[in-house]
Amino acid sequence: MNSTWSRFNITSVTLGFAFLYLPIVLLVIFSFNASKLVTVWGGFSTRWYVSLFHNQGLMDAAWVTIRVGLISATVATVLGTLGALALTRYTRFHGRVLFSGMIFAPLVMPDVITGLSLLLLFVAVGLDRGFLTVTLAHITFTMCFVAVVVQSRLLTFDRSLEEAAMDLGAPPVKTFFQITLPVIAPAIVSGWMLAFTLSLDDLVVASFTSGPGATTLPMKIYSQVRLGVTPEINAACTILIGIVTAGVIAASIVNKRREVQRLRDEQAAQRG
Amino acid sequence: MANAALSSTTTSAAGAQKSLTARLAAALTSRLVIIVPYVWLLFFFLIPFIIVFKISLSTTAIAMPPYTPVLDFADGISGFLAGVKDLSFDNYVWLTQDPLYFNAYVTSVIVAGISTALTLLAGYPIAYGMARAPASLRPTLLMLVILPFWTSFLIRVYAWIGILKPEGLLNQLLLAVGVIHEPLIITNTYTAVFIGIVYSYLPFMVLPLYSALEKMDHSLIEAAQDLGCPPITAFWKITFPLSIPGIVAGCLLVFIPAVGEFVIPDLLGGSQTLMIGRTLWNEFFANRDWPVSSAVAVILLLILIVPIVIFQHAQARAQEAER
Repeated sequence: MNSTWSRFNITSVTLGFAFLYLPIVLLVIFSFNASKLVTVWGGFSTRWYVSLFHNQGLMDAAWVTIRVGLISATVATVLGTLGALALTRYTRFHGRVLFSGMIFAPLVMPDVITGLSLLLLFVAVGLDRGFLTVTLAHITFTMCFVAVVVQSRLLTFDRSLEEAAMDLGAPPVKTFFQITLPVIAPAIVSGWMLAFTLSLDDLVVASFTSGPGATTLPMKIYSQVRLGVTPEINAACTILIGIVTAGVIAASIVNKRREVQRLRDEQAAQRG
Repeated sequence: MANAALSSTTTSAAGAQKSLTARLAAALTSRLVIIVPYVWLLFFFLIPFIIVFKISLSTTAIAMPPYTPVLDFADGISGFLAGVKDLSFDNYVWLTQDPLYFNAYVTSVIVAGISTALTLLAGYPIAYGMARAPASLRPTLLMLVILPFWTSFLIRVYAWIGILKPEGLLNQLLLAVGVIHEPLIITNTYTAVFIGIVYSYLPFMVLPLYSALEKMDHSLIEAAQDLGCPPITAFWKITFPLSIPGIVAGCLLVFIPAVGEFVIPDLLGGSQTLMIGRTLWNEFFANRDWPVSSAVAVILLLILIVPIVIFQHAQARAQEAER
């Protein structure tokens, strides 16, 4: 296989990754810039991190964002997993086409449409815009991403395990919790993480559906970016990137360990 | 793990008779699995669109909410029928009268189309190189492509402002090297929008391409080359056709959201660029004209409905293939 990894292939992958990572690396480097100008290097400093933690507005927004993210990702994971089960396990029910349409369409729906339509719904039912409405909006569009991630795992899942359990008399709910859930757990975890980061990331839907007192971090960053690029924003972004990177790496290590463990179990089972 | 779970259910299930209540409960849970997400999406995804359509037919008013209510069932059927007469297509007529909207739609589709083509050109060699990489290296490469996707969209667009602006890093570098003598004006142009879209959506293009290319049997290429087929011809005759499902999925994943994109045209394109996502946003937040922004959204949805349906069919077909 090594022989097919030609110089051309190596070059294109390297250039591609350089393009993907260079802007982020530069952003991180300039967050440690002593100068107030973002693009002129004035020596190493952590002053922007200090001033960041004294910026009450940003801190409040960060707290709102984290709470919205935790709640919406958790609810979205439950709903999305149910949606994935409905799509893969029940191939025939009334309105299945509409259902799969409602799962897939939000994946590509422009944010402005999702945001506007949800806002008009909240106004129509007389719900005051704020923390609750942002959370409901985030649940709605992130649950579809969870459904797709979990569904792709369910499709490759060996159903004979479930059938065996049910043949032996286990009720469906018990079968789900003891057989299905442990197998699809990694997909559910990555679905949750995806939902959480999408919620953390969202500017447009939150701007439409948020109200007073529920300003999220992206909304705050956006309003500051419009006024000009500041090193403080670089620092805030660097912290966010750090958290996400650490989370993704930790999750992939856990997944890898589980994979190794599973292979060992399988080998042991075959030998025994 | 699964073995342990199986043995524990065997013992408990041995004496359990399937009673009527148990069967009812089972039927109920299987219904709930469908009903709960179904009702949620109906209420929070489908009904909102109906409301958008309804409000696009109402008239702007200085009130909160800033439009005159239409089609209310509160007054019973007769009130509803009376409301039907009050419906106005003025907002749609307005969209056709002001060339701003038409231009914004056309520009958005063109910008999204060009950006999608550029993303494909940039993404294909990356995906191809990854698929040809040693198998041990592939999971790491895959994670490296996904990782930027996990970092904030807003942050990644913001990072480009510092690079592209007149006194930014790119111009500093080019001036220092002596390639240019005047700073290039890139921010607030469509070039910046293209760069932003290609950069932000690149992982969406690379991932489906990679999964199509990785599944391909490379011995096909080797066979073609053994038979004297030049590498370029072998690529166009074998690799490219086999990767078409990945190309379709990748292009739709980039094109559809790019048409309605707001953040990139707003931060990188500025007021110099005209795209429908920004138009809708300004109509809503600056002009506070909810009925017109609803009409803008309805038309945008009509433009996107064909690609969205193609996307769903492609997804459904891919799902069938997995079974």
